[in-house]
Amino acid sequence: MFPYIPHTEEDVKYMLDTLGMKELEELFADIPKEVRLGRELNLEAPKSELEVQRLMNGLANKNKPTGELLSFLGAGAYDHYIPTVVKHITGRSEFYTAYTPYQAEISQGTLQAIFEFQTMIANLTGMDLSNASMYDGSTATAEAAAMAGDATRRKEILISETVHPETRQVLNTYAHFNGLKVETVPAAAGVTDLEKLKTMISKETAGVILQTPNFFGIIEEVEEVEKMIHEVKGLLIMNVDPISLGILKAPGDLGADIVVGEGHAMGNPMSYGGPYLGFMAATTKLMRKMPGRIAGQTTDIEGKTGYVLTLQTREQHIRREKATSNICSNQALNALAALVYMSVLGKKGIQEVARQSYKKAHHALTEIEKVTGFKRTFDKPFFKEFAVQVPTSPAAVNEALLKEGILGGYELGKHYQDQSNSLLFCVTEKRTLDDIQRLVKGLEVAKA
Amino acid sequence: MKEYTKLLCDITKPGRTGYRLPPDELKDMEVEKGIPAGMLRQDEPALPEVSEVDVIRHFVNLSQKNFAIDKGFYPLGSCTMKYNPKINEDMAALAGFANLHPYQPEETVQGALQLMYELDEMLAEITGMERVTLQPAAGAHGEMTGLMIMKAYHESRDDHKRTKIIVPDSAHGTNPSSAQVVGFDVVEIKSDKSGNVDIESLKAALSDEVAGLMLTNPSTLGLYEENIQEVARLVHEAGGLLYYDGANANAILGISRPGDMGFDVVHLNLHKTMTTPHGGGGPGSGPVGVKKHLVPFLPAPMIEKKGDTYYLDEDRPQSIGRIRAFYGNFGINVRAYTYMKTMGAEGLKKVSQMAVLNANYLMHHLKNYYRLPIDRVCKHEFVLAGLGKKELEVNTMDVAKRLLDYGFHPPTVYFPLIVPEALMIEPTETESLETLDAFIEAMAAISKEADENPELLKSAPHVTPVRRLDEVKAARQPVLKCAMPEGPQ
Repeated sequence: MFPYIPHTEEDVKYMLDTLGMKELEELFADIPKEVRLGRELNLEAPKSELEVQRLMNGLANKNKPTGELLSFLGAGAYDHYIPTVVKHITGRSEFYTAYTPYQAEISQGTLQAIFEFQTMIANLTGMDLSNASMYDGSTATAEAAAMAGDATRRKEILISETVHPETRQVLNTYAHFNGLKVETVPAAAGVTDLEKLKTMISKETAGVILQTPNFFGIIEEVEEVEKMIHEVKGLLIMNVDPISLGILKAPGDLGADIVVGEGHAMGNPMSYGGPYLGFMAATTKLMRKMPGRIAGQTTDIEGKTGYVLTLQTREQHIRREKATSNICSNQALNALAALVYMSVLGKKGIQEVARQSYKKAHHALTEIEKVTGFKRTFDKPFFKEFAVQVPTSPAAVNEALLKEGILGGYELGKHYQDQSNSLLFCVTEKRTLDDIQRLVKGLEVAKA
Repeated sequence: MKEYTKLLCDITKPGRTGYRLPPDELKDMEVEKGIPAGMLRQDEPALPEVSEVDVIRHFVNLSQKNFAIDKGFYPLGSCTMKYNPKINEDMAALAGFANLHPYQPEETVQGALQLMYELDEMLAEITGMERVTLQPAAGAHGEMTGLMIMKAYHESRDDHKRTKIIVPDSAHGTNPSSAQVVGFDVVEIKSDKSGNVDIESLKAALSDEVAGLMLTNPSTLGLYEENIQEVARLVHEAGGLLYYDGANANAILGISRPGDMGFDVVHLNLHKTMTTPHGGGGPGSGPVGVKKHLVPFLPAPMIEKKGDTYYLDEDRPQSIGRIRAFYGNFGINVRAYTYMKTMGAEGLKKVSQMAVLNANYLMHHLKNYYRLPIDRVCKHEFVLAGLGKKELEVNTMDVAKRLLDYGFHPPTVYFPLIVPEALMIEPTETESLETLDAFIEAMAAISKEADENPELLKSAPHVTPVRRLDEVKAARQPVLKCAMPEGPQ
């Protein structure tokens, strides 16, 4: 017997009788013999709950998670504080065992949550509107590029080399198939090379994609880029860390047309890279070009306020072969976690998280330079991540740190050949000054 | 009880707080000094100021306006709304999984890599494929990935003429749009009277310009494609590949594998077949499996094993590239792995047997009250063509809305497009005989109401938190956010 299958032997017999059948086999009589499996699947025997727990705990214990390890690793996945409240909301099965709100009358919880998520993402980014979320930050960026191509009827996308390498890889994969032409704007001293950008931008440019803080943690100067791209009537696409918006200027105030980013750091665990959520916000002008779901407010036949999925003519299931995006789900539960996070932290909390992360990261760099003599790779304003040049191989430094129970920095040489001696460290508000001292000491040990 | 209708925009009050961080250990450091003036935020972000109690009450009240599997029967065709086992949630939340950073050294994530490697193997066994990538975040993402692989395969053979994808008229809406975004032209072919692919129509569509065919089997009508071998032969003879949309895989576990049917590429929806929760519309997971000849094109990275050590293999020169950051929806894949270990070979086969039994039992009874366009043994779901009483003004939408009053989630409506007034019903294996009988009773009662008191259906639902909503107004005058009141600074 299986706890998730309620049929008793009697039930099965009764149901077969009703159908005028003797055996279950008759239900599959329409499947040609040649395409039948004709054997049992080569999988293990079923397991009881206790056995499964033992097995899963065994696998989990083969890992060394953050918490056991003191983490200074970032590079797109961040160990920020998650308020306890979040899992108590996302763990309510009225939310997590519901599907897409196709029947609006009995999905008002999910629909209102999407509406409120849209509200807060729009407010945080300073944009007119937001969608209900996308798979992750990288695919949201690729979707933004397609949207810019569609809106401008142009094919060329410029993306800065300082954008997360995996985001650029995803964009390149998508572009290879959807016909966009992607060019990478080189980095100079840790930021987008604006002189180069000037020579690359043209009336063929659909959009420029900038990440700020960029992959190196550095705050890019966006104003210049905004002027350049709007002069040729292309779109400014900004990829941002939502936490940074507690202290950094809202992209809407910088003239961004589309804002995307990875939103997992708002209330979602790192979970080895997923599930996360991408967010996407835009100007009203681009409202009907936006991919993915959007919830809107309306009224019912009695005049009561309610919410529905709206602007559906944009959605893949209506446009079918004219689609510019095929996304039909969103990351609803991750977006709910982000919404609860933004509610609990609220106006003041998001600023405090950003400020504490900023301060601790700057303190860490100062201490590292002072004690170990290592030097920062770039001398530019940064948020919560910074690169440090190490005298030995970065991999060896990380190995030494790991022996001390510390998860070290991201080895920049993996994607940036000219930075092969640099490690990218991240410090969030969760680290204490003592933690930072441990890192500094660990680096001292690694040096020797 | 008075209904809760508030937004966070309504309940925010300056000075309230729902969090507390440890004290700032670096009080003297000035943040403003380090940031270029032009990049400093000028205003405070317009987020709410609410207490923890406010937040909990707000969202608990919202949750209670939702219908969900844990509340009742959810026979939403094509979506496989089966029970989501609780142990799956607990296992995914183990610190050893939930707190892993995606860039940790491989030696510190051997358990995670082993889990992914074994899930790849198990899914390959179930589908009859060689290897499976766990990266796609959802079914549509899997479709896109699979189609990219097909395109890359043809390109690798210098076969650049193949610009078309054939899709049957009964296909999921995502099939043509996925083909479109990958740069294919879509050719639609007809279904025959018994719901199979129309062979003549297929023959006419095949040429050396066809990259492949996308098919679900069982079809969206819930019927096993009886001509599958002939279909596979014809497509392969024309040099095309066969893509299996796994939306309906709940019917065939341990019984008939896409690989054995002749398919080259498969995507599964773990949020359907493998009980990971739908989450109100995500996160899902849409792994893609391929036969041996397509393995080189799978997205990077793949998990490989050397001796007893697992590692991420990024060195895949023929790969289509990366299709999302990191390695897929890992937390969802942990849930699916937990479920498959629980069920084993025997359990998964029983899943499909009971799912198909439940569907046939419902179909047998409901055809007495509703029109059944194709009467043959169905698989995990079936499609009714509404009440079939032309003289009545009552349509399928009215039936669906009335079901809400009876406490059931309605079936999928008006899909597939080839059946007028379609009601697509998928009970899944986790529903008991008693639940099915109660549903039959409600459907019968609604059919009777349609004769005797059609107005009751047309004005339904009556007892839901809101009644029928004005969708035209929502689209014409879009209100997509609320205004957060400006408090004193």
